[in-house]
Amino acid sequence: MSTVIVDQLYKSYGKVQALNGVNFTVDEGELYGIIGPDGAGKSTLFRVLTTLMLADKGDARVMGYDVVKDYRKIRDIIGYMSGKFSLYQDLTVEENLRFFATVFNTTIEENYHLIADIYKQIEPFKHRKAGKLSGGMKQKLALSCALIHKPKVLFLDEPTTGVDPVSRKEFWGMLLKLKRQDITILVSTPYMDEASLCDRIALVQAGEFLQVDTPRSVVSRYPATLLAVRSGKMHRLLGDLRDYPHVNTSFSFGTAFHVTLREAGSPDDLKAYLMQKGHSDVAIQAILPSVEDCFMLLSK
Amino acid sequence: MKQFLSFVRKEFRQIFRDRRTLLILLIMPLMLVLLLGYAIKTELNDARVAVFDPSKDTETRRVIERLQASEYFTVVRELVSPAEINKAFRDGSIGLVVVFSENFASDMSCGEASIQLIADGTDPNQASLLTSYAQGVLSSYQAELLEQSRVPTRINVVTRMLYNPQGESAYNFVPGVMGVVLMLICAMMTSVSIVREKETGTMEILLASPMRPIHIILSKMTPYFTLSVTNVVTILLLAVFVMGVPIRGSLLWLAVVSAVFIVVALSLGLLISTLVDSQMAALLASGVGLMMPTLVFSGLIFPLESMPAALRWIADLIPARWYISAMRKIMIQGVDASCFAVELCVLLAMAAVLVAVAWKKFKIRLG
Amino acid sequence: MEENVIYTRELTKRFGTFTAVDRITFSVRRGEIFGFLGANGAGKTTAMRMLCGLSVPTAGEGRVAGFDIATEAEEVKKRIGYMSQRFSLYEDLKVWENLRLFGGIYGMKDKEIARKTDEMLTDLGFESVRDTFVRALPLGWKQKLAFSVSIFHEPRVVFLDEPTGGVDPVTRRQFWELIYRAADRGITVFVTTHYMDEAEYCDRVSIMVDGRIEALDTPERLRACFQAATMDDVFQQLARKAVRKSD
Repeated sequence: MSTVIVDQLYKSYGKVQALNGVNFTVDEGELYGIIGPDGAGKSTLFRVLTTLMLADKGDARVMGYDVVKDYRKIRDIIGYMSGKFSLYQDLTVEENLRFFATVFNTTIEENYHLIADIYKQIEPFKHRKAGKLSGGMKQKLALSCALIHKPKVLFLDEPTTGVDPVSRKEFWGMLLKLKRQDITILVSTPYMDEASLCDRIALVQAGEFLQVDTPRSVVSRYPATLLAVRSGKMHRLLGDLRDYPHVNTSFSFGTAFHVTLREAGSPDDLKAYLMQKGHSDVAIQAILPSVEDCFMLLSK
Repeated sequence: MKQFLSFVRKEFRQIFRDRRTLLILLIMPLMLVLLLGYAIKTELNDARVAVFDPSKDTETRRVIERLQASEYFTVVRELVSPAEINKAFRDGSIGLVVVFSENFASDMSCGEASIQLIADGTDPNQASLLTSYAQGVLSSYQAELLEQSRVPTRINVVTRMLYNPQGESAYNFVPGVMGVVLMLICAMMTSVSIVREKETGTMEILLASPMRPIHIILSKMTPYFTLSVTNVVTILLLAVFVMGVPIRGSLLWLAVVSAVFIVVALSLGLLISTLVDSQMAALLASGVGLMMPTLVFSGLIFPLESMPAALRWIADLIPARWYISAMRKIMIQGVDASCFAVELCVLLAMAAVLVAVAWKKFKIRLG
Repeated sequence: MEENVIYTRELTKRFGTFTAVDRITFSVRRGEIFGFLGANGAGKTTAMRMLCGLSVPTAGEGRVAGFDIATEAEEVKKRIGYMSQRFSLYEDLKVWENLRLFGGIYGMKDKEIARKTDEMLTDLGFESVRDTFVRALPLGWKQKLAFSVSIFHEPRVVFLDEPTGGVDPVTRRQFWELIYRAADRGITVFVTTHYMDEAEYCDRVSIMVDGRIEALDTPERLRACFQAATMDDVFQQLARKAVRKSD
């Protein structure tokens, strides 16, 4: 049986449609990523699933329990970390953890093994007020608090937003370890590069799921050949690429431009075109798309 | 139960860590009591006295001399008509007017003469001091007369309070301060502290936890309940032992009525917290919506009796008005339960309604 | 007209015993896009506050747009633009009201504001939302508008604090095109970001670790120097050396 089942969820705030008929299931033990920009409806979805909010229409079940009727059962078995690192800023690290442990009817000692890996990194600062921690450390404390009662399902709403790349990488390392403890994890993020670490991902925009699949399949289903284009004059390249009549899409992507062509165009033709425009050292190679490429194509 | 205790411990920790607010909460009520208390004069020296003496005989002279001779009084004016009495008080220079009957000396020879003492009731404490000292002087004079003469003579002394005929006690401010302080701590602090959890997002985490919403509410209220009780006790101790305010009625009833009022204030705080989403809004709602009317209609600043009827009806909606009224009856007047039954019933009804509404409004979910 | 729009020498900020910014020295040329990277708590925000004239340096010196950041903060503030992810525009004002407000704050004349408003809205393709409340705009639009507002008064430098956080990938790229256009007009761009692909779009990048600038060069040379394939690798190599963990 699936751990999370979502069936035709709708939710709107006034004119804004936050969830527009969302369907998906999450299997037991899965690390499921919900990938999309701010305003895509990720937080609303998480709040409905964590029984904090009622949807306008549709059903959702967590571990077989209905999010509306059986909300108390669900609250017993889930862990939830909201994007704001919701901790008591005026309590110390240890006091926060101890408080959340008792809220969940447990003790730090009982489940220490679960959080040991994460908590050890902040334990040296356990007498420091939570408000005085850096972003990365707050995030670790919030995760420890969400984990302390050994939840069966963990809902992490944008846990890495605003966190620097190093702390983000560390955080995902922790999630992969948790997965081995048989905890089902739903995580949302606006950072597309984090998608490849999930078992399955859902690409979301404007309250709709654009695609659900493993990151590998999402990438392999990319319908076009993606070209990475470089030249000696990167600054000018974007404009010149757009002027090329057979370019379908063209986006800057770190050190190169990612380009797809219409049928009439070809890499060789493009190269000739760019050389003629005065570019030197033109390099065009076919590459595997990233999740971000797929998202941009789908969201068009 | 463990959840609840742990939550209460956390609340106390947060309250104690916010030193500035805590200090204000604990010190402010005491400052209020002390300030208002010391504004009341409890000593007499050289009080200025005016005399209206239509009789102008030797007997009245003697009485006046007697007053003059005491260290407490200085006779500064002789009034020519009763109409001047009001004016003398309005000037503010006179604390007491002594009025002799028209034929004082002849009345006295008949065995009974009367003197009226008129004091300014706007300062009831001072007024009662003045009249009782004056009575003291007069009765010792009378005692001397009795020794000297064989004819038993009596001087009838009548006292009258001008402007405050019921002689409301000067200590009425103590219940007033208690009402305002309880409103402030229970309603304002409770609403702010609940809304703060909404603002920081911790409420979200708590709601998504197995913690029952009723426990969240109760554990939010417990610390402020404790704090309020502490305040009531310190105010009373200060009032009784430092200011010398009497508690004439039953301590048990005092505790019962206070407890009911605290429940009313706590549920008002809870109600506000369900209606607003920011600490700022909670402060405004409880400050403007509760504190101001409480101050205005509590009778602490303006006497309720002199308000227009429409305003008195509004005042009847303010819980503190009933609380203060009941407390005055218990503490100052020392009357028994039947006299403040109305107040107690109104407070109980308010508590029941507010608890029900607040409970209904408190959401088990967000937004 | 001097070439270096931002210049610092041994710029330092201490809070008690804690040195948030530790003797940083660098300069940014006119029209340059300067990426200012660092882990959370590395001291980026403190450094940026000093450069904007919001915080007085403990030691060292800094000049922005030709004025001393310690003694001529008011002059500095007139010549810079600032945009952050958190605060950008008044949500309860309409688009044109925001523009008039910020134009007014920087002392622009009414006529000039009106002219620039038209110009800017046409440029962004936002003519249809002139009378829309900002809160009703999609996030991506808000960010683009916020950036345009921050350069509305033609500042010498614009400071962008994580301007693209949470923005969708397409809008993020459109945002960078706006940055390029501003730079081409001669506006110096000083930008922080947690997206490492965006570091590649900068002319030069500095990476702060524990309050010090540990690396500063073009993305290309940094990659070569650290033998890394991407700026993310460069960043990971440097930032992992951090010892200090608090903000």
